[in-house]
Amino acid sequence: MITGHFKTDYSADEGIWSNWPKRWGLVAALIGLAIFPFMASNYALLLAGQIGIFIVAVTGLNVLIGYTGLMSLGHGAFFAVGAYTTVAIHHEWPLTFPLITLVISTVVAAAFGVLFGLPSLRVKGLYLAVATLSANFIILFLIEQDWLAEWTGGVRGTETPNAVFFGIELVSQQAKYFFIMPVMVLMLLFAQNLFRTRFGRALIAIRDKDYSAEILGIALFSYKLKSFAISAAYCGAAGSLWAYFFPAILPEDFGLNMSITLVVCLVAGGMGRTLGPIFGTILILLVPEMLKVVAAAITGGDATSQTWVSPTRDILFGLMIIGFLIFEPMGLVNIWDRFWRFMSRWPFAK
Amino acid sequence: MLSVTQASLAFGGIKALDDVSFTAASGEITAIIGPNGAGKTSLFNIISGFYKPQQGRILFDEQDITHLRADKRAELGIARTFQNIALFRGMSVLENIKLGGHTRLSTGFWSAGFFYGEARREEARLRAEIERDVIDFLELDHIRKAPVAALPYGLQKRVELGRALAMQPKVLLLDEPVAGMNREETEDMARFILDIQARWGTTILLVEHDMGMVMDISNQVVVLNFGRQIALGTPDQVQANPAVIEAYLGTSATTEATATEEPA
Repeated sequence: MITGHFKTDYSADEGIWSNWPKRWGLVAALIGLAIFPFMASNYALLLAGQIGIFIVAVTGLNVLIGYTGLMSLGHGAFFAVGAYTTVAIHHEWPLTFPLITLVISTVVAAAFGVLFGLPSLRVKGLYLAVATLSANFIILFLIEQDWLAEWTGGVRGTETPNAVFFGIELVSQQAKYFFIMPVMVLMLLFAQNLFRTRFGRALIAIRDKDYSAEILGIALFSYKLKSFAISAAYCGAAGSLWAYFFPAILPEDFGLNMSITLVVCLVAGGMGRTLGPIFGTILILLVPEMLKVVAAAITGGDATSQTWVSPTRDILFGLMIIGFLIFEPMGLVNIWDRFWRFMSRWPFAK
Repeated sequence: MLSVTQASLAFGGIKALDDVSFTAASGEITAIIGPNGAGKTSLFNIISGFYKPQQGRILFDEQDITHLRADKRAELGIARTFQNIALFRGMSVLENIKLGGHTRLSTGFWSAGFFYGEARREEARLRAEIERDVIDFLELDHIRKAPVAALPYGLQKRVELGRALAMQPKVLLLDEPVAGMNREETEDMARFILDIQARWGTTILLVEHDMGMVMDISNQVVVLNFGRQIALGTPDQVQANPAVIEAYLGTSATTEATATEEPA
C-alpha cells in the first residue's frame, strides 16, 4: 500500500522510478530475466528470444502509432531491412563485430523509414496506413531480385551468421538470449526516457492536436519524419537480432503478416505506454503456444486429429483478440493500471 | 511590436479579411471585436501563421513574418490560445504547460534518450521555472498532475493560457479567453491578463465578445465587420463611433436610439 508521495524537490518528482514498488519491480524483473535461461528448456528459450526481439520492434511501432499518432502497416518491411542488412554485412565482412552490425542495420532501416514516412506530410489515419502498406511489397520485391540475390539469397532465402563476440560464437539458445535481452532492456529504457523530455513530448503533442503543436514551435514534418526514423530503427534492430537468432531467413517471414502481427501486439498491449508492447507481445506470442498445449492434452497427441485441431486453434485465437478489443480496448496495461489503483487503496477501500 | 498592414485574405469568393491595418503597441492590450463571422479568428490565423494573406504584410519587431511558417513564428515569440480549447488531452496539466517551453529548450535526441547531463538539468530547470512563472502565477497548483480532459471548462482555458505563458512570449494572442465563463471566472481571467501585462510587459491581442471586459482592460480596440476594419481607437472612441453601433445593433436601432435621444 502506498499512502502518498513525499518529495522535496522537482528532480525527484520528475523521476520515473519514483516509488518502491516501481524500483523493486524493476530489480525483480531484471533478476528474473537474468536467471530465466538457467532454468528454462531450449524451447522456452526459443520463445523468450522471439518475444524479446518482437518487444523491440513493437516498442518502435509504439513510438510511431502510440505516441505520434501516425498509422503504419509497413513496419514488417523495416524488420526485413534490418535482418538482410545484417546478413549482407556478414557476407562481405564475415568477422564484423555484432554490435557494429546491429548499429549499421538500425541506421539503414531508419533511412528506409524516413523514405516511407514522406507521405505523412500530407496524409493521416487510414490513408497513411495504405501508403505505408506499399513498404511491404516494394522492399520484399527488392530483396527477391536476382541482382541482390548474392547478398539476400533471393526468394529461396539465406542462411544467417551467428554473432561472434571476441572469439566466442553465440550458438546455443542460452548464449543468444544473453545477446538479445540486454539490447531489449536498453532500447526500452531509451524509449521510456525519450518521452519524459522535450523530444518525446513534441511527438505526443502532434498526436493529441497537431495544429496546437505547431503554434508552440514544433516543426511538424521534421518531427513526423524523426518518429518514422526511430520506429523503423527499432524494427531494424529487431531484424538484426532476428538474423542472429534464427539459422536462416526467408523474405516471406517479413511481409504483411509480420507488419500486422506487430500492430496487433501493440493494440493488445496498449498504445502510448512503455509497458504496452511488453504485455501485448507476450500475450500474442504465448497464447498460440498455450492453445497448442491445451489442444495436445485434449486430443492426447493423436496425429489424426491434427487436421481439425490446428484451424480450431486459429479460430479460438481470433475470437480471443476480438473479445479483447471489445472488453479491454485500452489494452493489457489498463488491467495493470486498475490492479495498482486497487492496491494503492487496499485494504481501506475497494 | 506587431503590425498588420493592408492585409487581405479570401477563400474563393469570400473575403474573410479586406484591407485590415493596425499596430499593436508594445506592452499594450489590443482588442479585436466584431459580430460573428467578421474575420477576427481569420486575423489571428494570419498572425500566427495558419493562413497566408493574399495581400498585405505582417511585421513583428520590424521583421516581415508574412511568409514564415507557424512554428518559426512561435520561436520568435508569438503565442496564442484557441477559441475551442486546443489542449493535449492525453496529458496532464504539467505536461501541457511544459510543452510551452519547447522552443526554449535544446535537449537533443541522444541526450533525451539516455537522460544524462543536459537533458536532466534542463528538465529540472524548466520545471522550477514553470512552477514559479505559470503554475503559481495562474493558481494551478492543486491540479498540476490532473489529466486536462477531466478539468472543468474554465480551468482548461486557464491551463491553455498557462501553456502559452510558458513560451515566455513577446506577443500573446488570446482567442475568446472568457467565452462561456460566468462573472467570477471572467473577472479572474481579466485579472490574469492585466497581471501578465504588468509583470512581463507582454503585448496582448484579444478577440472577445464580452464588451464589458474589452472596454475595461484594452488600450486599443479594432472593430471588424464582414472582413473590413470599420473602426480603430481607444475604447471610448470606438463606443461612440456610429459605424460600430450600426454594425452591432443594425441601422434601424441607430435611428431609434437617435430618435429617443432628440427630445432630451
